[in-house]
Amino acid sequence: MAKDMMTRFELYQPADIAGALELAGKLGPDGWLIAGGQDSLDWFKDRAKRPGAVVDLSRIESMRGIRETDSGLEIGALATVTEIEENTLIKSRYAVLADAASRVASPQIRNVGTIGGNVCQDTRCWYYRSGIDCYRAGGSTCYADTPEGMNREHCLFGADRCVAVSPSDLAPALVVLDASMVIQNKAGERTVSAQDFFIGPDTDIERMTVIEAGEILTAIRIPNTWAGARFYFEKVADRNTWDFALVNVAAAIQVENDIIQDIRIACGGVECVPRRMSVAEDIARGSAKNEETARLAAGSAARGAVPLNYNHFKISLLENLVLRAIRDS
Amino acid sequence: MAYSLIGKDFTPPDIRGKVTGKAKYAEDFSAAGMVYCKMLLSPMPHAQVSNIDVSDAMSMDGVVGVLTADDVPAMDGAAQAILTNTPRYVGAPILAVAAIDETTAADALEKIRYDIEPLDFVLDPLQSLYPGGTNAQAAGNVASMGIPLQEIKWTARDFASADPDQFPMTGKAVSEWSYGDLEKSFSEAAVVYDESFVTASNSHHSMEPRSAMSYWENGKCFLFGSSQSQSFMIPGLAAYIGIEPRDLVYIAEYCGGGFGSKGAAYPIMALPAHMSKKIGRPVMMRISRAEEYYLGSNRAGFQGRVKLGVASSGKVTAVDLYIVQSSGPHNGYPDFNSAAGAVSICYQPNAMQYRGIPILTNTPPGGAQRGPGQNQIAMVMEPLLDKAARELGIDRLEIRRINAPNNDTIFGGRQRAVTSAYQTEALNKGALAFNWERTKKRSGERNGSKVIGVGVGQAYHSAGAAGFDGLVRIAPDGRLHIHSGIGNLGTYSYAATSRVVAEVLQCKWENCVIERGDTRKHLPWNFGQFGSNTSFTMSRSNHAAAMDARQKLLEIAAAEFGGSVDEYDIGEETVFSKADATKRLSYAQAAQRAIDMGGKYAGHEIPDDLNPMTSASAKAIAGSGLIGVAKDNYALDATPPALAAGFMVIELDTETGRFEILDYNGVIDCGTVIHPLGLASQVKGGAVMGIGLATTERIVYDPQNGLAANVGFNQAKPPSYLDVPSTLGTDAVNIADPQNPMGIRGMGEPVMGCAASALICAISDALGGHYFNRTPIVPDMIINAIAERKQSHKPLQVYTF
Repeated sequence: MAKDMMTRFELYQPADIAGALELAGKLGPDGWLIAGGQDSLDWFKDRAKRPGAVVDLSRIESMRGIRETDSGLEIGALATVTEIEENTLIKSRYAVLADAASRVASPQIRNVGTIGGNVCQDTRCWYYRSGIDCYRAGGSTCYADTPEGMNREHCLFGADRCVAVSPSDLAPALVVLDASMVIQNKAGERTVSAQDFFIGPDTDIERMTVIEAGEILTAIRIPNTWAGARFYFEKVADRNTWDFALVNVAAAIQVENDIIQDIRIACGGVECVPRRMSVAEDIARGSAKNEETARLAAGSAARGAVPLNYNHFKISLLENLVLRAIRDS
Repeated sequence: MAYSLIGKDFTPPDIRGKVTGKAKYAEDFSAAGMVYCKMLLSPMPHAQVSNIDVSDAMSMDGVVGVLTADDVPAMDGAAQAILTNTPRYVGAPILAVAAIDETTAADALEKIRYDIEPLDFVLDPLQSLYPGGTNAQAAGNVASMGIPLQEIKWTARDFASADPDQFPMTGKAVSEWSYGDLEKSFSEAAVVYDESFVTASNSHHSMEPRSAMSYWENGKCFLFGSSQSQSFMIPGLAAYIGIEPRDLVYIAEYCGGGFGSKGAAYPIMALPAHMSKKIGRPVMMRISRAEEYYLGSNRAGFQGRVKLGVASSGKVTAVDLYIVQSSGPHNGYPDFNSAAGAVSICYQPNAMQYRGIPILTNTPPGGAQRGPGQNQIAMVMEPLLDKAARELGIDRLEIRRINAPNNDTIFGGRQRAVTSAYQTEALNKGALAFNWERTKKRSGERNGSKVIGVGVGQAYHSAGAAGFDGLVRIAPDGRLHIHSGIGNLGTYSYAATSRVVAEVLQCKWENCVIERGDTRKHLPWNFGQFGSNTSFTMSRSNHAAAMDARQKLLEIAAAEFGGSVDEYDIGEETVFSKADATKRLSYAQAAQRAIDMGGKYAGHEIPDDLNPMTSASAKAIAGSGLIGVAKDNYALDATPPALAAGFMVIELDTETGRFEILDYNGVIDCGTVIHPLGLASQVKGGAVMGIGLATTERIVYDPQNGLAANVGFNQAKPPSYLDVPSTLGTDAVNIADPQNPMGIRGMGEPVMGCAASALICAISDALGGHYFNRTPIVPDMIINAIAERKQSHKPLQVYTF
């Protein structure tokens, strides 16, 4: 039952990453990191998550901003989605990320929501979000994957007790740009590729990313590899704003003489992680960029899909979006 | 007729407060010593609560009281109580805690111990009708306004007689009527369609949640609430509180959206009044967005079947309609009956049979939502009309003209006449603005994966009532005070209809004061602001009061200057002798004369046919000016209709199931246009709501657990700015109705249904005539249809995504 009233918690507002890491380490599982709050506050208001302490990262200046580096771009995890959407470097070199940002939630949410929060946000399975005792919440049932479960918005791939999907629009874009996620902990910094940053229920059913307790996603680095490539992003949702994707697709394609030299495609809304369309990429790579290639590759997109009772439309939608990504990019 | 105010735009007096943020809604009020209450809502769809132990909660610092079902009036039959120990839907309020702040109240709720035993529940009305099916209430599964709580089961034979995917037509109904020779009329049809259908239930999700604040002072209960209506709220609200209407002071100057859900008194509004009485402190009950979902009511869903016969000429010969309504666990609203009336008036079948039955379900309570019944059935019938047009080779606009209601129309089970009806004119006007002849040729036009669909839709709602009171006062300073008890739904019609008084009394609008929004303003008995009735009903009452004031002005002048009233006239806020313009009293002078003369002129003597509320208000202001007060006794011997036509062209992407609306034109037949800007806002706002009804909005329930899937406002998915065209065309027929003194009829509801049905028709058109017989039509349904995959849901399944 939604309660719409947060429980009391201690609020910490560290001014630097070191302070945040110290707090995160000290508080352990009782601490909750918050940035824009667009995911966290829902949980708190519903009393479905009850942290004793909240660490507000928003005052850490070093986690803000979008910087050009020798190897590409570094985006602070606190950069707002609006900043991503409007940044001229991102728009000119990595348009797929700006396009994806422009389709996140609503303008109001984009103004406060951060890129770090967007990729770290929890899944939107309505059963799980209602505070029910499902597998992902530490229980022993999946309410969505039942003969009568209302699972229109759930997964086609990678079900493992849980059938929730990745809700992020930015995640597939970061995967196709081969971004690195910069994670800091007490021991220092580690980087993980966007592809490996997201984890499915087979790895850990209670988490969506590799971030461990006591760690903070501080920045995202985008290499020059795909700068200026042809891009495609499309999100299909019930509405044109303030809605999560039924399926989204991001693609980066390098084309020479009408031949696809290299390609990366990733889709959200079909698996617990952004799903890389590796087989479709293999089909397309080295082929002419045309309708025929697009159709051939798209035909492979849903191979292996295991639809639930209410989401088999996602098979057609996924195939069509992969088709469009190759054909219309 | 040339008017100086009617038909002209103006700035309603409440706009400034709305745009500056100074307007005070229920949640913005406070009082000394005020505390906050929060409710314990049922986590189960049907349960029995017992052994409530509040001791731990009450021992918490800051907790001042607990209110349980034992503290509030019990309800008869299927009616909804303020609090209950037998919750019948997830979200039903069980008890409430008052505390010095909301966090403490929420914490205290978690300290309350109680036993809760789950009971069988039902979501699907057809399952409840099945032999041995579950009842949503222990005492029965059927109830509605005017239909007592009872148990009705259909026989196994009823179900067996129909294909599993077909709606069974032989089960017992509680509401039925027919006219004409059905069999003969079907035999005269060139085409007959027989379709089972589902229209989804959807949440109101009014923008302003129904917060309320209350305190008691000197034996009177003060209540600040959120409602569409004002005077009409009083009797029901007083009953919920358990006091006489005269002891209730009700303040509701602004309403942030109601759409039917705040038209009449609703139980939860009385909760802070009961709590305040119990603890002796003012109580604020702020309703959260999630609580608004549970308590704000739903439009009823339909499962049904319609058989439609159409002659080769395009004339609808016969309709056989059966509707099972998903009503929620309480009395709900009789959408099913309204739907049948709408079919009869919109298509004028030579013969029609209607049967309906409202079934209780363990989902949030049903309530009237804009065009309740009429707008659902428009989305069922209009595509069928298209189907007939295609098969018979008749233009889709023409088949609507052929069947359009007009001044000779009679309709419904009681074969009522209409005051006037100009649907053909509405269709023609819309077709011209939309350029129907050219636009329809774009149907099926391809652009890559995109295809053009063109649709026209229609809808109806009754548009007025009679018999309510008007009250006006000319003060000694010459200002005209118009007392309006209709309420402020947000359409500005309270102000537009007040201008009728100024028009009759030829008074400058700047010199008028509208008294409203607060019992203490001495308001007359008026109807609720719902059912598209305000413009018709309130303009009549105001006209009656204004004419009474006018007569009194003439009599005062005659008394002052001699001669008969016929020798006098009014103008420029004076009453004067037609023969000698020097014999003239300003309204200020006339008001003072009225006070001096006393009696009826000053409101000391009032007509004896007034409602007691109006009488009390008139007496309260008696002696303060010239009082005009009268009951609307103008003739009304037929139904005033509001009829609307909508035209839409969309571009549907066959690869994504999404579409873009390229153009929309809505036209309303509502008699004389009283307020052009207000009308345009209604036609546009109705279209936006209609787009949501047709394609995005529905409530979803998990059938195993009875849990709501889309409680949040974002999950309810009303259309956004980006889902509708940036411009929407609007127009009105603007032909005066003979049974309103100024020709005015209402218009608010069908402007939604015509857009919703136009969109359904446009989607079907884009898909080459694929009919879903189910609303809303969501992207996955379109994708599945294009891929020729079976839909995920069973044809008669309800509460699915």
